[in-house]
Amino acid sequence: MELQLTPEHEMVRKMVREFAEREIAPTIKEHDRSQTFDRSLLPKMAAQGLLGICIPVKYGGAGMDYLSLGLACEELERVDTSARVILSVHVGLNSMTLLQWATEEQKQAYLVPQAMGERIATYGLTEPNAGSDVAGIQTTARRDGDHYVLNGEKMWISLADVADQFLIFAYTDKSQRHRGMSAFIVEREFPGVHTGTIHGKMGVRAGNTGSISLQDARVPAKNLLGHEGEGFKIAMSALDNGRYTVACGSVGLIRACLEASVRYAHERYAFGQPIGQHQLVQQMIARMAQRLDAGRLLCYQAGWLKNQGVRNTRETSMAKWYCCDAAFDSAADAVQIHGAYGYSDEYDVERYLRNSKGAVIYEGSREIHQIMQAQYALGYREDRPLRCELPAYDQDAWEAEA
Amino acid sequence: MHVIVCIKSVPDTTEVRFNPETNTLMRDEVESIINPFDTYAIEEGLRLTEAHGGKVTVLSMGPPKAEKELKEAIAMGCHEAVLLSAREFAGSDTWATAYTLAQAIRKLGDYDIVLCGKQAMDGDTGQVGPGIANQLGISQLTYVSKIREVDLEGRSITVERLLEEGREMVRTQLPALLTVVKDINQPRYPTFRGIRRARNMQLPTWTPDDLPGIERQYLGLDGSPTKVIRVFTPPPREEKVQMIAGETVEEMADLLAGKLIAEKVV
Amino acid sequence: MALLIIDRDACIGCGVCVEVCPFAALELVEGIAVVNDNCTACGACIPECPVDALRLPESVTRRGTPDIESYRGVWVWVEQFGGKAASISWEMMGQGRRLADELGVPLTACVLGHGMEAMARQAVAYGADRVFLADDPALAVYRTAPYARILVDLVRAHKPEIFLLGASSRGRDLAGSVATDLYTGLTADCTGLEIEPGTRLLRQTRPAYGGNIMATILTPDHRPQMATVRHRVFEAPKPDERREGQIVPVDVGVSEEDIVSKVVEFIAESEEVNIADARIIVSGGRGVGGPEGFEPLRELAHVLGGALGASRAAVDEGWIPYAHQVGQTGRTVRPDLYIACGISGAIQHRAGMSTARVIVAINKDPEAPIFDIATYGLVGDLFQIVPALTEQLRRKLGR
Repeated sequence: MELQLTPEHEMVRKMVREFAEREIAPTIKEHDRSQTFDRSLLPKMAAQGLLGICIPVKYGGAGMDYLSLGLACEELERVDTSARVILSVHVGLNSMTLLQWATEEQKQAYLVPQAMGERIATYGLTEPNAGSDVAGIQTTARRDGDHYVLNGEKMWISLADVADQFLIFAYTDKSQRHRGMSAFIVEREFPGVHTGTIHGKMGVRAGNTGSISLQDARVPAKNLLGHEGEGFKIAMSALDNGRYTVACGSVGLIRACLEASVRYAHERYAFGQPIGQHQLVQQMIARMAQRLDAGRLLCYQAGWLKNQGVRNTRETSMAKWYCCDAAFDSAADAVQIHGAYGYSDEYDVERYLRNSKGAVIYEGSREIHQIMQAQYALGYREDRPLRCELPAYDQDAWEAEA
Repeated sequence: MHVIVCIKSVPDTTEVRFNPETNTLMRDEVESIINPFDTYAIEEGLRLTEAHGGKVTVLSMGPPKAEKELKEAIAMGCHEAVLLSAREFAGSDTWATAYTLAQAIRKLGDYDIVLCGKQAMDGDTGQVGPGIANQLGISQLTYVSKIREVDLEGRSITVERLLEEGREMVRTQLPALLTVVKDINQPRYPTFRGIRRARNMQLPTWTPDDLPGIERQYLGLDGSPTKVIRVFTPPPREEKVQMIAGETVEEMADLLAGKLIAEKVV
Repeated sequence: MALLIIDRDACIGCGVCVEVCPFAALELVEGIAVVNDNCTACGACIPECPVDALRLPESVTRRGTPDIESYRGVWVWVEQFGGKAASISWEMMGQGRRLADELGVPLTACVLGHGMEAMARQAVAYGADRVFLADDPALAVYRTAPYARILVDLVRAHKPEIFLLGASSRGRDLAGSVATDLYTGLTADCTGLEIEPGTRLLRQTRPAYGGNIMATILTPDHRPQMATVRHRVFEAPKPDERREGQIVPVDVGVSEEDIVSKVVEFIAESEEVNIADARIIVSGGRGVGGPEGFEPLRELAHVLGGALGASRAAVDEGWIPYAHQVGQTGRTVRPDLYIACGISGAIQHRAGMSTARVIVAINKDPEAPIFDIATYGLVGDLFQIVPALTEQLRRKLGR
């Protein structure tokens, strides 16, 4: 058993860290305060290959493995969650889903431009009235000749107002319940597609979050992803990848909290000594270190399983549940350690706290994951093989030119 | 065009913390990095070969683990890399280092430009670049902030040097050695393709046996004219702040001005 | 690969060497000291070992400068630009004079340029007993090759034991080339120069690792012992016009056609002082309140000949460009004087300037963390204090 990252993984980590420090860190506070999304970041990320990091070279990607994706998420979120969210929706939820389920024509038409960063992609599942209750979505898709006509509204969609193409889930046959759901690749340019931005979020304020409105939106039938009725399974498998990026990102957030807290604990004096000498501060820091170690290993396990092509819904869910709770707790402690300064935005820790709360809610709330884990443990739930699985990482295949 | 870039693996001193109790640098977890000035040299080398065609060979003298920094240079886009590593090289001062690197450059064959960073972050001397130029008998141009023109046919190079009084435009013959300052460019990030290439690459490691004509008496500790006889920590800064107060603002300013003049900082 | 030799039988595993090593190159493995690749052969551990279990390899064939005893005298290179002497050269003369007096040997200045007679006389006034004057139109502007050639020839002919140069850009450019040609030791950026009692060797002390440690260096077997010193580390002496000295013209032996490098153009620097190299920085933070708030700071910086800096807060607000930002995500600076106005002293900022020699903090809030690291603190309104300080300094410094 090799529990070490390869030198290449370390190079990836280092490169993304430097990228994040130089391209994102200097202006992040400004963007967070003004709730503006830095669009200039997308072409920079594209140029670095980040938007196609784990997509095979022949599909326009960088040909790296799923662990590299995880490391990139960790380093991006260490600077700010909004940067990692880009990878979560564009790569995790959308591109990897196309890699898993799309036909060759769909891959050429959609995955390739996405991996190259020419088109930005996101994922539209959640609705105003349906979050955890995925089967409760109300968007419909009616067949009309060689098109589907979609009607409905998606909400809380990251990059909604920025993306060029969306993975939309809608009911083609309500009577079949969740077996009547289908997945569609929808372009912004299709008639009837409108988007808007949601303001006033507690956190991830430098990220774009919004809604997608579909009013008699006409989607070519060839843009159906998978078969009619497979939509629910596709949505769930997409979440396996989205959640993985969220979990890895949260590890980065824990690390940011720990680094900030350690720095402050050395520099801040109270009662005649650095506060790092005070045991209750030490307790908070020790717990952060513990969460970091544990969270990281859970994420590496999930990434390793993905590399092996082994089904990892349970492990990814465990990592996401643990890491997001851990990040939230760590951020709360980080603010506490910084005292009044933690409560002001002069330091970064209050932003970490506001950002971290979102992850406990999205990509499967903390409650959903607990129920999943109990069901696994009690034997009520078993993962059955899918018609299309996420391909295992194969270095030669991934690196091969088109 | 063949550009040779000399780099050094140094500890990341932004991370280095000093342990005041033991008077030592806390280096256990400190990563090694490419000396920051050298990344500008690498970038300039890559830009030159992108403009003129050719290749960049990156060269470093150091312990075996310096291979990591060479691979990073490959990941940035350099074409080839060589590590000079042997017991005989250990303990080299700047003279012996420049001598050794010059011998390796001779072995690398024909070259047009040698690039070095202005100085290394640990030693801070800036002497190895001029040393190499002198050993090779080629022109040296230090503190280069811009390469204005390279005439491969005419064998000349024109650069801008950043001096205290301003910028000096100098032209000299090729081959030439340049040491570069941060103003010259913005180094690129390694790419994924570069990382993959670095992963698959086997880097040659050269010892004195690989450098024909090398005179071993000039190597390592023995070959070094300078000797470090003592290492110590500078006295720590005064603990408490001196608060300056006064009846009026003018009084406070007067007091402070007096102190600053006495401290010779103004 | 490490050079340090450890006598495993003698080692008692006390661990003192582990603690003393500045490079974390030593550790105890199963109770015996073990050395790794971090070892730089600095030798700091050797005297600390209570049982003499540590040593560096003996020099077997040390090839030093032949006839080393015949090397006498202290030399200083006098740098000039545009016909004016660089003040750093006079600082070197002061040190050269001190060392020469201690050794009981003459002090020689090397002046290279064109139309340099007056400067040669100035060198005598600053303490030189003898001045080598190489005067030629081809030397009017500094270029490495001709300057190095002349100095190397002079050294070979006249054999000084010590040769000092200012650590300016030219000085460092020149010293590296000359020392290599002569196969001798060169120590850069010295902050201390002392004669070692008994051996007459020059003890050169300099910072390393960004100033975190200091090293003392000798050049025992090679001559001349060369050293460069940074501007303002030492004070220039007062010139004494009554001093007498010998001015020796030097045959230049180089013509313009022989010199391969040509200076095509020179553009004098107009802009503001760059904060990365500035010796004095006046810096503003959130307390400055707006772009206009930087005006009094700019005034003060101007009077002091310093640069303008800013905390991230001020840059984030758009009051001043990012090029002025000091701190973890801006520039790290190491000036002699850092005046922080209306800066609270967030750790990110402190990380960028805390090694400044003298830190002055001006802030309305007596609890601001900047006061924890300041040398001098003033609590009050910066818009009153800064102009008053500017006025006082203007008067006292006669500017």
